[in-house]
Amino acid sequence: MASANNSTTAEHLMWKGGIQPMKVGYGKLMMWIFLLSDTFTFSALLVSYGLVRFSFPTFEGLRKNFEFSNAWWPIPERVFEAVPFLHGISAPLVFVGIMTFILIMSSVTMVLAVEAGHRRDKADVEKYMLWTILGGIAFLSSQAWEWGHFIHGTEEGLTLANGTKVFGANLVQNQYGPPAFADFFFFITGFHGTHVLSGVVLNVLVFYNASNGIYEKRGHYEMVEKVGLYWHFVDLVWVFVFTFFYLV
Amino acid sequence: MAAAAHADVHANEHDHAHEHHELSFIRKYIFSEDHKVIAKQYLISGIIWALIGGFLSLVFRLQLGFPGIDLGWLKPILGERWFDEAGKLDPNYYIALVTMHGTIMVFFVLTAGLSGTFSNFLIPLQVGARDMASGFINMLSYWFFFLSSVIMFASLFVHDGPAGGGWVVYPPLSALPDAAPGSGTGMTMWLVSMAIFIVSSLLGSVNYVTTVINLRTRGMTFDKMPLTIWAFTFTAILGILSFPVLFSAALLLIFDRSFGTSFYLSDIYINGQALPNQGGSPILFQHLFWFLGHPEVYIVILPALGMTSEIIATNSRKPIFGYRAMIFSMLGIMFLAFIVWAHHMFMTGMNPFLGSVFMLLTLIIAVPSAVKAFNYITTMWRGNIVFTPAMLFSIGLVSFFVSGGVTGIILGNSALDIQLHDTYFVVAHFHLVMGSAAFFGMVAGVYHWFPKMFGRMMNATLGYIHFWITFAGVYVVFFPQHYLGIAGFPRRYYSYTGFDFTNKYQDLAELSTIAAIVVFAANIIFLFNFFYSMFWGKKATANPWRSNTLEWTTPVNPGHGNWEGEIPAVYRWPYDYSKPGAAEDFIPQNIPFSATPESNLEDENEQIKEEKEIEGIKFNYNIPD
Ligand code: HEM
Ligand SMILES: [Cu+2]
Repeated sequence: MASANNSTTAEHLMWKGGIQPMKVGYGKLMMWIFLLSDTFTFSALLVSYGLVRFSFPTFEGLRKNFEFSNAWWPIPERVFEAVPFLHGISAPLVFVGIMTFILIMSSVTMVLAVEAGHRRDKADVEKYMLWTILGGIAFLSSQAWEWGHFIHGTEEGLTLANGTKVFGANLVQNQYGPPAFADFFFFITGFHGTHVLSGVVLNVLVFYNASNGIYEKRGHYEMVEKVGLYWHFVDLVWVFVFTFFYLV
Repeated sequence: MAAAAHADVHANEHDHAHEHHELSFIRKYIFSEDHKVIAKQYLISGIIWALIGGFLSLVFRLQLGFPGIDLGWLKPILGERWFDEAGKLDPNYYIALVTMHGTIMVFFVLTAGLSGTFSNFLIPLQVGARDMASGFINMLSYWFFFLSSVIMFASLFVHDGPAGGGWVVYPPLSALPDAAPGSGTGMTMWLVSMAIFIVSSLLGSVNYVTTVINLRTRGMTFDKMPLTIWAFTFTAILGILSFPVLFSAALLLIFDRSFGTSFYLSDIYINGQALPNQGGSPILFQHLFWFLGHPEVYIVILPALGMTSEIIATNSRKPIFGYRAMIFSMLGIMFLAFIVWAHHMFMTGMNPFLGSVFMLLTLIIAVPSAVKAFNYITTMWRGNIVFTPAMLFSIGLVSFFVSGGVTGIILGNSALDIQLHDTYFVVAHFHLVMGSAAFFGMVAGVYHWFPKMFGRMMNATLGYIHFWITFAGVYVVFFPQHYLGIAGFPRRYYSYTGFDFTNKYQDLAELSTIAAIVVFAANIIFLFNFFYSMFWGKKATANPWRSNTLEWTTPVNPGHGNWEGEIPAVYRWPYDYSKPGAAEDFIPQNIPFSATPESNLEDENEQIKEEKEIEGIKFNYNIPD
């Protein structure tokens, strides 16, 4: 933000009006406020999840004896233990760990893109934006696989009290536990996934504009920074979603 | 100094370079980015919605006052299917009318119509900005609102009727399309419309806050901002933090309705058939809803209170009493608004201990509310009061706010609420403290800022007639409802003829209805005055109320950009009325202390040496937007 410093206004006058007191333009300010608002959207969802989750009993027995049942909340490690191409091998939370790693790495490349923007290094902005986009797409594809597996279910399925068998999970039934678990899983990860998707779209736009030299002409790469804020936010939200669904 | 000013003008010109050519009609009046035009768009939309919402209330008030009355003459407007051969209103349609009345009044009139109009109009004018931070986002905000209006309006005419079940749309009723006629298509459209409304509200609020932070003119420190601006800012913050929660709640409800999830559903039978939905909780929806719902009532009232502060100080020719106390009480109200929501849920089977906690927090709100009420009264105390229509309506607001607030304290006691919950007592409470008070604030704002909006004056005599009928009428409509509520009349009932005890109260219900019709008629006078004065009213002067705030330093009909030359700098707070020693009984904010040695206080003389410094502040155009 080298350019912001050539203001002639003294520090003690910054809050006296006539100038941007926090030295940021309106766009970035709006992004911050929007993210604050979106925090409340996600908090509402996660708190709802928490309330419903704790209105169900937890499995009481030893972990190794755990079985799927509609009567209690499942242990996440037992639900999410599949990895692509490694059929039949139990690897609890390994795949989602990889997804989380990918998303965090894409935040790192986003930081690098923003930093390149400060240096007004067009080539570097392009390079790191591209990596970020790839990270986003990789995350979304992994999530699609994870959903697919969750929807598909296991070969054994679950036998309900009335004798019918349930395979996999959808919005109405769930082989791994109470349907509410699947409902919230689909809704919250889906809502987050929609955020990631819009982030990827924004990133592509920024990449496109950057490569066409639009920001170069404009004299600053502020847009990269604004979209970057959004991207980090989406990343941060994932950490909470991950904690709630996979660790608690 | 001259050079600096010159540079500033240039910079602003540069900012507006794209507006040098004449704008086409569409860009100027329809897809306009000018905050003043957008404000008027909101105002007109709000007025139309108020007419619709008011009309709906008359229809169901007629049924309540005169059960079984022949309303067949409404068939051409509302549709054949809602009346039987004798012209009796359909009970399901009755509840839909109540629902739509509440939704329209709370969201479309008193949120969008009120904040949308006055935050848009006054924020740039009173902080000294050429426009909102982003005119484009501001325009988007209005058009999202328009879209949501269209959907809500269309839902009035769908086959099984608009949404029913109250403006709070509690599941399971709202979650099961088969549960009642009002849970079908109408409810789906209600939810979609609200989701879009929330987007519009967020776009607007983000703009308001950003404008107040970034675009205050030179010298406009936070402690020199008019209380209107404080109120609008707090309102916007409330909206930014609470509307998203309703958004989540609505999305989950949409999933329950349309995709078979069970977020809010459990253990339900319809027509003797058990539904498969298990594990959800309808109480969860109530928590989410009221996390918005309670802040929402302050989103409605705070702008009205802010405008009232301005109007009362101006027309009492006295500084507002307790400027800082006003700000801190609004801040307190805003903070508390987030942690009292469950006082709407005392009777839902919530843990009584939790109820006591929420009761305590709720009753604390009475403190900042009372501070505000007393400050209005002490501002008027021994003032040279000018009874303009705007002033009368502001005084009316204070009256309603006090009488409705007192019943709030009664309701806030969880033990008393056992008797009063969901009765007409609650209806009376919120129609006084929120409905009528906010409506009076809005009308006061229209009378007061009409000259700035349209360059003409509204007719004062018609204003007085409007005021006295409405003021007395509102009390006649709602005061009897307290007694009905205490006697045990539940709200949202189609008729009470099934209970013997209700017969002897029927005259009170009748009185309410008749007064409601009179009030509605009085507001037609207002509408006439409004539209007539817009074209043929007396031409306004630049500062007709001899007021201090910046909007009155603009030309009578401000163009895009608001000030023709440089934006004035600000040196003093906006409440220098009847200052001892001054020649006039008001000193506008843009008059420097160096020009008024005769009236300066000691510490104001101190500030003279900062004036040059403040005038020299330059907007930093190097900061990218
Ligand atoms: C002293 C301050 C206040 C207190 C203690 C208070 C308390 C309450 C309580 C406990 C209820 C729930 C009654 C029930 O449903 O059983 C209620 C309802 C309501 N209050 Fe207040 N209130 C206060 C001021 C206000 C203000 C300032 C507004 C609006 C500007 C307002 C608007 C409403 C509305 C709209 C409802 C009814 C919502 C509904 O059920 O449809 N209240 N109030
Ligand atoms: Cu409340």
